Amino acid sequence: MSSSAAIHRIPPFTLVARLRTWWIILRISIEERLVYRGEFMLGTLMRFLPLVSQIFLLQAVFNATAPDNSAAGTATSAHSSSTIAGYTYYNFIAYFLLTMVTRAFSSMPTLASGIARSIRDGTIKKYLVQPVDMLGFLLICRVAHKLVYYLVAILPFAFVFYLCRGYFTGGWPPAPEMAAYVASLVMSFLLGYFLDATIGLIGFWFLEVSSLLFVYMLLSYFLSGQMFPLDMLDKFTIVRSITAGDLVRMTPIQYLAYFPATIFLGKIHGAKLLWGLAGELAWLLVMMGICRFAFNRGVRRYSAYGG
Amino acid sequence: MSQLKRYLRVLMVFARNSLIRSMTFRTNFIMECISNLAWVVLNLAFYVLLLSYTQKNGLGSGWTQYPFFVFLATIQFIYSLVEAFLMPNVEEFSELVRSGDLDFALLKPIDTQFLVSLAKFDWSALSNFVFASGLLTFAMIHIDHQPSLGAILLYPFYIACSVAILYSLTIVLAATTVWLGRNQSIYEFWFYITNFSRYPREIYSGPVGAPLQFVFTYLIPILVVVNVPARMLAKPLTTGDWRLAAFALLATAASLAFGRWLFNRAIHSYRSASS
Repeated sequence: MSSSAAIHRIPPFTLVARLRTWWIILRISIEERLVYRGEFMLGTLMRFLPLVSQIFLLQAVFNATAPDNSAAGTATSAHSSSTIAGYTYYNFIAYFLLTMVTRAFSSMPTLASGIARSIRDGTIKKYLVQPVDMLGFLLICRVAHKLVYYLVAILPFAFVFYLCRGYFTGGWPPAPEMAAYVASLVMSFLLGYFLDATIGLIGFWFLEVSSLLFVYMLLSYFLSGQMFPLDMLDKFTIVRSITAGDLVRMTPIQYLAYFPATIFLGKIHGAKLLWGLAGELAWLLVMMGICRFAFNRGVRRYSAYGG
Repeated sequence: MSQLKRYLRVLMVFARNSLIRSMTFRTNFIMECISNLAWVVLNLAFYVLLLSYTQKNGLGSGWTQYPFFVFLATIQFIYSLVEAFLMPNVEEFSELVRSGDLDFALLKPIDTQFLVSLAKFDWSALSNFVFASGLLTFAMIHIDHQPSLGAILLYPFYIACSVAILYSLTIVLAATTVWLGRNQSIYEFWFYITNFSRYPREIYSGPVGAPLQFVFTYLIPILVVVNVPARMLAKPLTTGDWRLAAFALLATAASLAFGRWLFNRAIHSYRSASS
């Protein structure tokens, strides 16, 4: 089947009919995901285990940075007074916990590789011959996946956050910051989706995108702030007053972990916060455009043969 | 002796076959090496960044930059060996049990544990071993302390002991497949538990850390794994370190014996899968 003959066209559905289709897709996906809820919950709880060693590592680092780390009783005060890149020991732990929340929104496991595989093995045909938009369909499936994930993961998350409540020294953020935090999380989900989907769609041109995906995964792990707060890179000046941290904060990757966490911790306020949200929205719109463009162009050059 | 020779010959055949398989897809092999190295370099970059904030004291307890590089190199030596020679097989073991293909391994005139745990090698994982050699050399040039000849000779020996302990742990987890049917979460558990071994023992201190250190040293001896060999080269050895090194020998023997016992129990409980 040549794609030129079967270019994807959505019939003029009414809005109600389209909403009904999306609702059915969402319901089916939720039911599918709930099958493995036990393993889901156990897996989520286990994902917090590396945080335990991270807490001890940071404790050792902060004890070592304290001016008099040998004196008894100084460790606790060092944890609350000494800072690394503007973060106290407590801030650091809270930051890592919050990046886990952000990653629960922005990570899209198997999305890019799944899209690339469906292009390679031809199963993408099903989207091209049916009146369903592939990007919309996969987005709804992902929403279902995330909804089930939050439903199941809320227990382990609540348990760990309750245990670690002492690390949130600043308490809950005020209502406007909280609203900005929620908005940044929702946008991080959409941004993560469109970034991953675009990489998967590159499969129309290269077929095998695993190396590209690996590079992206590597960059996103290091530069999204998942591994450390990006402020730690501010000590490296690139040109004049521009630091390595500034450069990384210009990329959309920072919104996948760092940005929402810093809003909750109260590290970003006022105009800086609004500019940050505007930047996230702008990147989201850009990525939506690029993703749609890549899909439309890719479908035009796609050819599939045989049954 | 002839038995040992026979097993060595079979091992060489496994190694050769795996190498041929890797070399058939050479570009893929190179990509895998690069991927492995990229993760290690990234990890190293993170520690360099972290240590740049604590240059004088490092992580405390003598783990300053260069001794800690020795520690990181030791992690790579041990885990690259485990990932090259053991993990590909252990990961496949649950599939053998689930599909009933373990029957074929049981029928072969060779020890089943040997066959299922060493049949496949992932040569690309050894790229980290090469990287670790470079990192260790670099760290040893810059380190203040001069290790004794005995400590230098004991270093590879304790690396072998560490691999044996991790091997036993993987065998124990693999054996549980026979009773549980599917144990994907348990393999994840292996990854998360062994994560504790990737840091110096001293960091686990305080009311929570001390019991954790005790459990992961004496009950599940994963804190012995990297810590004992790394200490041989990184820092002057104290009486406590020698005691821990002696315990590591005991832990290795006990782990191997327990792994072997549990694997045999699992094989006896194996009921095959219907066709």
